Amino acid sequence: MLLTDTTFAMTGGQVTLDRRHVLRGIDLTICPGEVVAVLGANGSGKSTLIRALLGLTPLSAGQTLLYGTPPARFREWWRVGYVPQRLQIGGGVPATVREIVASGRIARQKRLRFTSAADKLAVTRALEAVGLSGRAGDRVQDLSGGQQQRVLIARALAGEPDTFVMDEPTAGVDAESQQLLADTLKSLVAAGKTIVLVAHELGPLEPLITRGVVVRDGLIAHDGRPPQPEGECARPGHEHLHPHTGEREPGSPLESWQVKP
Amino acid sequence: MIELLKLPFFQQALVAALLVGLCAPAVGTFIVQRRLALLGDGIGHVALTGVALGFLTGTAPVVTAIIVSVAGAVAIELVRARGRTTGDVALALLFYGGIAGGVLLMAIAPGGSNAKLNSYLFGSIATVAAEDLWIIAGLAVAVIGVVVVFGRELFVLCQDEEVAKASGLPVRFLSMVIAITAALTVVIAMRVVGLLLVSALMVIPVATSQQFTSGFRATMGLAMVFGVVAAVGGLLSSTLSAKVPPGAAIVLVSLAGFVLALGLGRFVRRRKESAA
Repeated sequence: MLLTDTTFAMTGGQVTLDRRHVLRGIDLTICPGEVVAVLGANGSGKSTLIRALLGLTPLSAGQTLLYGTPPARFREWWRVGYVPQRLQIGGGVPATVREIVASGRIARQKRLRFTSAADKLAVTRALEAVGLSGRAGDRVQDLSGGQQQRVLIARALAGEPDTFVMDEPTAGVDAESQQLLADTLKSLVAAGKTIVLVAHELGPLEPLITRGVVVRDGLIAHDGRPPQPEGECARPGHEHLHPHTGEREPGSPLESWQVKP
Repeated sequence: MIELLKLPFFQQALVAALLVGLCAPAVGTFIVQRRLALLGDGIGHVALTGVALGFLTGTAPVVTAIIVSVAGAVAIELVRARGRTTGDVALALLFYGGIAGGVLLMAIAPGGSNAKLNSYLFGSIATVAAEDLWIIAGLAVAVIGVVVVFGRELFVLCQDEEVAKASGLPVRFLSMVIAITAALTVVIAMRVVGLLLVSALMVIPVATSQQFTSGFRATMGLAMVFGVVAAVGGLLSSTLSAKVPPGAAIVLVSLAGFVLALGLGRFVRRRKESAA
């Protein structure tokens, strides 16, 4: 299997934070189109794992590749949408929902260029997808926890990435937001996106997950392969026709994340 | 007042106040968002050593202040980026070193005096010379340029550094950009409000503005308006009596504005809520 055909490929990954061995040798390969849930108890290292996959936390040993490239030399960041655990309320300076979501376009924008029509359209669609169009002009600080989580997801959606990396998107989220999140993910999966998410409990997300990776004490304790043949992704020119996509090829990557009424 | 406006020294002071009022809140918005509200104070302390070096070596103090405060800002940023608990103390050491070094060097410098020291610590807008003004104007253009060119990226950086990293932004470079821009702003504001009060104009107008706004851009824009009003208003109010120091007047005017906004903002929000 060629490493360039994988979304993430970590071999012997170790992370040491404050002399504590958080990850103690992780081998994990994730292919395009997979929907992976990283599970584990608090402090098991699951959040560190996904952050290390993105290069946000440096490895103390081993290596990790993002689309076949080490994170430090990776240039195609528009392919990745990272959803952090919480919205940072920066120092109290207000920001509107739209401003935060629009900032998700940054990897696709050039310095000294104005915001394009495509940028605006992507932001509008992302806001619709998470059901926050009506609150676009409101302060994010005034939103509930679940709504803030939706803002973070919308920010990632706005960047139109191939891969979503989500750190506990369901933590502390009300039932309505959880269902909305599940619906949003469903359309992402249908569009053949790769999803890696950290979760405590899967809840309504469960039917979407194709693979579960359980982290315990900094090691992978269980890696449940789904019944579908996922090894296919290594083949060059591979089309993402997984069983769950059906026959439909999405016209626009954005079209498919509209929440169906 | 009208006669005053005809005096070149007053015109220069007015232009300097205007530029500070524009620049300081613009940079300040990013810095407050980044939870570095006291960065300006830190750089201000370090800049004093720069000013004293200027007197000691017979160079223009503004120039040496730029060099030393930029170096200080870079040092602060390196400590911050590396830092956990040790960072706090390292920063404190830098601040005290800056002030102590400045006071000491100023004392041994030819032509250094307590009056000169005071004029840099607390500002002395009336003595802004034409060549100072050119430097201030140049710096102001640079600062506003940075905000315009890097604004979008700086917003992401100051909002969440990890997201900035995961978006492929040059996080280290941008962190330096914001630190150095803050240093330049400190030097601009040094002659107007003084090194010890520099941060006030970077923070208070932002805090005032956010009583009324919902968005980041709106906050920055309104903060710049408040900054100009405070700087020019403070300068004008200091002309009422020769005893009123302009730097302190500017800061007190902006503080008064903040207190007013606090009450007014609450009132406006309550009206909005009851209307909704």
